[in-house]
Amino acid sequence: MLFDLFGQAFSDKNLMPWLVPFWPLAGFALISLLTLLLQFLQRDFTKPLHTIPATDHNYGGHHPDYDGMDVPYQPFWFRITAIVIGMTAMTLTLFFAWSLVFGALDDFGAGTFGKIPSAEQAVEEEQAAEPEHGATSDCEDCVYQSNIEWMSLGESSETGFRIGTLVDPLTSIMLFMVPIAAGMIFVYSIGYMWHDPRQARFFALICLFAGGMLTLVVADNLMLMFVGWEIMGLCSYSLIGFWYEKESAYNAAVKAFTVTRVADVIMLLGIVYLWSLTGTLNFRDILYNTETLQMLGNTKAILFGSWGLSASGLIGMLVITGTVGKSAQFPLHVWLPDAMEGPTPVSAMIHAAAMVSAGVYAVIRMYPLYVGLSNPHAADPTFSAPLLYMAIAGSFTALFAATMGTAQRDVKAVLAYSTISQLGFMIAALGIGAYIAAAFHLITHAFFKALLFMSSGSVIHAMEHGEHHVHEHHAHAHNRQGHDDHHHDEHGHDEEHFDAQDMFNMGGLRHRIPVTFWTFLIGGLSLSGFPLLTAGFWSKDEILADAWNGTTVHGSGLHMMVFWVLALAAFLTAFYTMRQLGLTFWGDARTEEAEHAGLGGPYSIVSVAMQAPLIVLAFFAIVAGFIGVPPDFPILGSIFSPEHNFFHNLVVYTLPAMANGGAEVFHVEAPPVRFFPVFMSVLVALGGLFVGWLMYWRKPLKAGQADPLIRIVGENVYTTLQRRYYMDDLYDWLFVRPFRWVGINVIKLIDKGFIDGVLHKIAAIFIWIGDFIKTLNAWLIDGVGDGIPKAIFGFGGWMRRTQSGRVQQYLLIVLLAMIAIGILFALSAGALAIG
Amino acid sequence: MLDNIFGIDVLTFLIATPMLGGLLVAALPVDDDVPATKWLPRITALLISVIIGIVAGIVFYQYQQNAPAIGENQFLFEAGPHRWFSAIGASWHLGIDGISAAMVLLTALLTPLAILISWEVSDRPSMHLALLLLFEGASMGVFTAMDMLVFFMFYELSLVPMYFLINQWGSLPQKGVKNSGRFYASTKFMIYSIGGTLGMLLATQIIGFTAGTYEIAEIVSRSGDWLSLSNSANAFLGISVGTVKSLAFFGFMVAFGIKVPIWPFHTWLPDAHGEAPTAGSMLLAGVMLKLGAYGFIRLVVPIFPDVWVSEALLGINWATLFAILSMMGIVLGAFAAFGQNDIKRLVAYSSVNHMGFVGIGIAVMALLYGEAYMAGDSAVASGQMMDAIAATNGAVMQMFNHGLSSAGMFLLAGGIYHKTHTRDLREYGGFWVKAPIFGGVFIFMSMASLGLPGLNGFIGEFLVVRGSWPIFTWLTAISMLGLLFTGGYILKGIRYTLHGKFNMHWKDYNLEIERREFIAIFVLGIFIFWTGLYPNWILTTINASVTTILNGIG
Repeated sequence: MLFDLFGQAFSDKNLMPWLVPFWPLAGFALISLLTLLLQFLQRDFTKPLHTIPATDHNYGGHHPDYDGMDVPYQPFWFRITAIVIGMTAMTLTLFFAWSLVFGALDDFGAGTFGKIPSAEQAVEEEQAAEPEHGATSDCEDCVYQSNIEWMSLGESSETGFRIGTLVDPLTSIMLFMVPIAAGMIFVYSIGYMWHDPRQARFFALICLFAGGMLTLVVADNLMLMFVGWEIMGLCSYSLIGFWYEKESAYNAAVKAFTVTRVADVIMLLGIVYLWSLTGTLNFRDILYNTETLQMLGNTKAILFGSWGLSASGLIGMLVITGTVGKSAQFPLHVWLPDAMEGPTPVSAMIHAAAMVSAGVYAVIRMYPLYVGLSNPHAADPTFSAPLLYMAIAGSFTALFAATMGTAQRDVKAVLAYSTISQLGFMIAALGIGAYIAAAFHLITHAFFKALLFMSSGSVIHAMEHGEHHVHEHHAHAHNRQGHDDHHHDEHGHDEEHFDAQDMFNMGGLRHRIPVTFWTFLIGGLSLSGFPLLTAGFWSKDEILADAWNGTTVHGSGLHMMVFWVLALAAFLTAFYTMRQLGLTFWGDARTEEAEHAGLGGPYSIVSVAMQAPLIVLAFFAIVAGFIGVPPDFPILGSIFSPEHNFFHNLVVYTLPAMANGGAEVFHVEAPPVRFFPVFMSVLVALGGLFVGWLMYWRKPLKAGQADPLIRIVGENVYTTLQRRYYMDDLYDWLFVRPFRWVGINVIKLIDKGFIDGVLHKIAAIFIWIGDFIKTLNAWLIDGVGDGIPKAIFGFGGWMRRTQSGRVQQYLLIVLLAMIAIGILFALSAGALAIG
Repeated sequence: MLDNIFGIDVLTFLIATPMLGGLLVAALPVDDDVPATKWLPRITALLISVIIGIVAGIVFYQYQQNAPAIGENQFLFEAGPHRWFSAIGASWHLGIDGISAAMVLLTALLTPLAILISWEVSDRPSMHLALLLLFEGASMGVFTAMDMLVFFMFYELSLVPMYFLINQWGSLPQKGVKNSGRFYASTKFMIYSIGGTLGMLLATQIIGFTAGTYEIAEIVSRSGDWLSLSNSANAFLGISVGTVKSLAFFGFMVAFGIKVPIWPFHTWLPDAHGEAPTAGSMLLAGVMLKLGAYGFIRLVVPIFPDVWVSEALLGINWATLFAILSMMGIVLGAFAAFGQNDIKRLVAYSSVNHMGFVGIGIAVMALLYGEAYMAGDSAVASGQMMDAIAATNGAVMQMFNHGLSSAGMFLLAGGIYHKTHTRDLREYGGFWVKAPIFGGVFIFMSMASLGLPGLNGFIGEFLVVRGSWPIFTWLTAISMLGLLFTGGYILKGIRYTLHGKFNMHWKDYNLEIERREFIAIFVLGIFIFWTGLYPNWILTTINASVTTILNGIG
């Protein structure tokens, strides 16, 4: 049964989406199981198959030396096996994902794909359809979908919970982007992790990561999406903390997991609330059901309902909190800059292909729910609470992160802030109803950001190589042999720590790593939105065009705010990109390390595996923009979009045409090309680049020279920017410390102190009662029982004393005896008399 | 269907075999220096428990295949009623429904693994193994009993082996402490439990006396009028019916509340779990806590529907109070676990945290069941039916899942303790370097415990939260704080054990997981995965019985 289905999935496109996440997940399982199998071959299970001294040069990577200890070591062939498994899985995924994407374009075609035809249309099509042309005739939903009952609840299968897969236009664009970006990251990891003894584990984990992302992408319901969402959370945790011996790494891992989990548990509430109101979590069941949306919009929210919040508003706010966490928006952005502690391919995975994109994707997926009964495109635009929240938080984050990006020293940190900032662009676009522009920017951003991160990884790798070279020459007291372990525990040593990621240690790298320079430049220009040529320009321009459209046509203040804030952020983006490029590649080397930087020869496996993906991604960082050129754009429009904007025309059918009120909220036409927004996006891009050029390229920094930015903004502002506006410290004081205090003291005060205290008091009372009874026993019962013999004994002793030999004493005794006898007589006589 | 084994009905077989087997194992000679006698009791015990496991598996499978349709009598494999204690009207009556089938399966699954882990015990091993088997028999008795006195008897009986396991085989004194905590822990455990069951005995007697029967099904079907039916005309020993009912309710409440444990009756648990030997902790967390939760679902909710919705204090009813206490358990349990530096106590507090979700699920069930009962309906109101079904199913799923993951966590924690002889997390560090397999397994198990979607723990929590959100909205929202801190303590455990620089103190220790431990974890892992990926394999069975219960009120 299961095998039949599996076999069918190869040919049946409705079942095929299951295969897409299957391969990487199976890859993860296979690598893990092989590790176990190796162990099971051992006679003594606890003895690892291979051990080598931890100081051996084959045991590279980032870890302390552990002098005199043997460590388990996976042999070379095993590492190769893991790489092969990982690459095979990713290739298969790419194949199936793309055959779904292009199959869908072929079967349905852009413009039909995803559509639910109206009733008359369906009849018409049924009549018109030729029998052999199967695709359109059974195109009832015009998507690929299948599902199974997953949890049976209640009496009938209707009330049970079903999970399944769905490939609609939005999924298809993700299915295009994710496998190729992830696949390039895989290739890159072969080179980047080549000297790390835990490369097999790394491949297992990035397989799981890709599997999680693809699960999220093909899911047809919010619950399965949440599963993929959380798998990625686990993977980001494991991979950010991959070099787990570094304190900064595991702290960053814990931070990433905890911060995103804050968001996730809140999101979970939104999911269950939605489920409890609608009885389903299936996207299309909810989004295409006008009655359901109407009901959600009109129901008072279960919390804060008295403040006028509708159920869809509350659900939206709760679910969007998940996005705010995952996509690192203010105020939950704090984890993302730290996340670069992981190996660079992981940063690329998190910042580009997977994790953060997932947040934006999730919002677009459920967009009608957030829009609720409002209409941001109406003549008098209205915004639901979630939209308002997204517009404000998104644009604020875009600017806020961009300012921080300008003052970073770490080459990856600049990119990390630019990710936060660019995601802010997308979220802000979603807040003003421009969901297609957001989706477009999501795709282009994924390509150029993956490119930038991997290029920066290449830079870091080259710098570490240079550092090693310098160490060798200066014959520092590092007692290890071997020439090629060029990043052996750079981070393990505390003494005279050289920061290979600090841009102020670089300079002139364009001569050392020319391929990386050119790809970095392409990525950087795309990020800056360099006009006409780069993908980043087209997508950013569309966001600005949408914002401007709302401002001028409908006179919406929110649109205007978004427009100006994003324009400013775009300016800063271009500026810090130019600063980064200038500091890294331009001028002359500022350190000896930078002078000797390199990737170990142009044809070494490291060099090839790390630079080939850059070239592929650089290609996409340019051409990905041409699928969304506005048709009425001068010259270029008629070249790339002769009929209509391909991207727009494809993605728009993800959502139903009508919103709840019957207004056309989702199938809006792309805004016409206007002079001002285009001029503005050209201006900010070129302006930012120019200022950056002026400050960092014209007169490149010399070694030891301070950042010219300090002169302009002042020392205090610069430090504040570098310290991330002290947000981390604030959170530390507000949350981390109090919660830790409560954690430690809840036991002391409540459990041990109060509850056990009371119990111990009760126990003490009972023990006291027990003691009392015991004493009573000793005194009364034992006193009588033991007392009689004791008394006799004592009496004997006393009697003995009577034999003292003194006459007066004898006389006294005689006297007493006589008195006693007299009394006895008297008493007995009286007694007799009475008797 | 498997009716009988060697002429004994199958449920009686499931109870009697471990107990008799335990006696047999206890009598076997053991001398660890001679291979034959070293292995004889160990193999025998494992064999017996595996046989029980297979039979229980068959029983579960057959129940699933022949599961009664929703609305019909959900009990199968009924044995009896046979004459047993006819002087007071109790009889030997066993049977299982979907809920008990899941619990029987859990018990039968965990015991062989616990026995496998206890092979490492060298101090009086045959007696140790015998006590584990005895505990299995007693737990089976509780889960299959259809007679309240049988239920009570096995409920009490399960205490005895556990007491001796903690008292005799518990931890050695920790560094800096003079006395071993195991005596304190075992005494506390015993007094706590006995203190609770005293009231339960009284309650059982009152109900049995007034209703004239100990048949659970019979009492439940007459839950409204079992007191008025008594011959003493609306009074019991001169006390008014309401008072008697409240007293009986209270007796059950405290007894099961201690066992679950419901905050604030939980303070026995960290001590007992922390000090118990590995197998003892596994069964304590995996099975024993479920006895209490099962008692609530089987007895307290259906027998006292009206009391649950009556006022407890300050204008809130018992069900809500119960939910509040469960919420306290979730939040404070998570905080407490986060504050621990003792790995076993950390895992122990995680049980308080997780069982809190079971508590909330039960509270939702009790509230909706009680409201429907008061309204005179035979089913929960249709608008709330899904809430009740989700919450109750979630509670049972959470019981099953917590059994798997907490047993796994205790197994791993016990494994480290066995190798390092310390439970102090701060003395660990960087174990992943030397023990890669252990590290992977530890993270896997931690994530199952954390409730990572895709693994089993998520299913129960998801369903409970689904059920309780519309009913106890704020409480559910606050519980999310606990769920957040679940992450906190789980990551703390991983961070101190696996992450960081390797502590060179353990340089020459063998820290890698042992083969036996791995086999046990692997079996648990299969169930954890299977349940997480396709919960329907067990949920269908549970759901049928839950739905029947919620449709057959009064």
